[in-house]
Amino acid sequence: MAIALSAITMLVLIVLFIIKEGLPFIFKIGITDFLLSTDWEPAAGKYGIFPMIAGSLWVTLGAILVGVPLGLAGAVFLSEFIPQWAMKTIKPTIELLAGIPSVVYGFIGVMVLAPLIREYLGGPGLSIMAASIILGIMILPTVMSISIDSIKAVPNSYREGAFALGATHWQTIHMVVIPAARSGIIAGIILGLGRAIGETMAVIMVAGNAVKLPNSPLDSVRTLTANIALEMGYATGMHRQALFATGVVLLIIIMLLNYIAMTAIRDRGKKK
Amino acid sequence: MTVHPRYTQTIAIFVLTLLTVLTLAVLVFIIVFVFGKGLPYISYDFLFAKPEDMGRSGGIFPTLIGTVILPLFAIIIATPLGVGTAVYLTEYTRENRITRIIRFGADCLAGIPSIIFGLFGFIFFVTTLRMGWSIMSGSLTLVFMILPTIIRTSEEAIKAVPYSYREVSFSLGATLWQTVRKVVLPNALPGIVTGIMLSIGRSIGETAAVIFTAGSSLRMPHSIFDSIRTMSVHFYILAREGISNKNAYATAAVLIISILIINLISYWMMNMFIAKKTK
Repeated sequence: MAIALSAITMLVLIVLFIIKEGLPFIFKIGITDFLLSTDWEPAAGKYGIFPMIAGSLWVTLGAILVGVPLGLAGAVFLSEFIPQWAMKTIKPTIELLAGIPSVVYGFIGVMVLAPLIREYLGGPGLSIMAASIILGIMILPTVMSISIDSIKAVPNSYREGAFALGATHWQTIHMVVIPAARSGIIAGIILGLGRAIGETMAVIMVAGNAVKLPNSPLDSVRTLTANIALEMGYATGMHRQALFATGVVLLIIIMLLNYIAMTAIRDRGKKK
Repeated sequence: MTVHPRYTQTIAIFVLTLLTVLTLAVLVFIIVFVFGKGLPYISYDFLFAKPEDMGRSGGIFPTLIGTVILPLFAIIIATPLGVGTAVYLTEYTRENRITRIIRFGADCLAGIPSIIFGLFGFIFFVTTLRMGWSIMSGSLTLVFMILPTIIRTSEEAIKAVPYSYREVSFSLGATLWQTVRKVVLPNALPGIVTGIMLSIGRSIGETAAVIFTAGSSLRMPHSIFDSIRTMSVHFYILAREGISNKNAYATAAVLIISILIINLISYWMMNMFIAKKTK
């Protein structure tokens, strides 16, 4: 019984300590100043994280634009159009790739992707676009494997019904199977979203980390996570508290997303 | 104008195939690229020699030790907690408010990004508990990170043990605890080990949570209160500070190989487990 409460105790500990370090700071600076000011100069006592919030949002949005179409297309193709035995080798392969450490993805972004963008599209290379593509690839396995599971969970009788009405395989998929698997697919996308917002090391390496509001996808940005990790090494006093306050904001965003994902998954369970 | 459904079908399948091939190509490219650049530099010396000049030359032996030791300690602590929780959830209670709270805790913990674990580990273990940047702080932080995986996989494994096994054990006069220990857990073992392997894989690849808690010292540690650098952290520092691309690629290759091996073993075990259960 005591052991069983370990997980929730740990969660409480984490939330408590992050909040204890970060929240007083937010109130001292003022919530609006902290969240909406665009000046981040810890040395001058200016702590506005709006550029980082914008950075996280842009990068995550980009990751979704890259990762979701690819992941969904892959999931539909793998679960509907290829034989079982091929599926049985490809799906584990994709999940194995989910195990590649984020630093490796980041490094590939720096070595391969950033030079390509710099050369053909302009800008510094290390940019929203580079980060979006790398994060999109990183969330692919998550989006794909959860979507595959929920597409597989659609009862075959649905498909048979559609076929019997004379629908083609594709009509069946986009009119029957995908709507039926929708909540599972959404849960997968939200989990991917959470992973993209929370990702740190890969983003530090490819996003360029400039503290300013971006004007184009080719501009460099700094995300909330990058802000914490970059300055944690040397921050002290107020500055360190500011980083914990950034952590509080990040934690709240992630908790909200997880809550939505969990509700989506639970609703799917209820419907059956 | 309406397009004949058969044509839309052809177009749809074409697009889907294209996107899937693109996805697989990207994923394969990553592996091939890193191996192509890194494998030629891996040698006995690279693995077992001390790094020199901040990792510019020499080997990666201390980081290899760090990569083994940190997840090992984390597993030693997290396994009893996680399996204990799973046993409690499945054998000792029904669905009620407490189990819901426990599951909620585990689910939330699973979704927290590693940088938050890093922040927490830094303020709690490194600063508040005065453990400093050490193997101890690093492992304890990893425990927080991997616990949800162990709980979830152990729970699934325990649930998969047929109920009749328990009934036979009870009918022989065994207590609940005896049943759990001698019947349920041995039968759920492969599933539990799979969860442990997955957790090891995740710990090995972790950077953000480790760098702020275990530090990044390149020296050989003498006790669990010494700072240590894992392979992922080493790779990150080599790559980010542009110390040595050659050694960075080689370290990445070793890192990916270790993780692939561990994940492959866990897949193999999971399949064995499922095959046994469905027989």
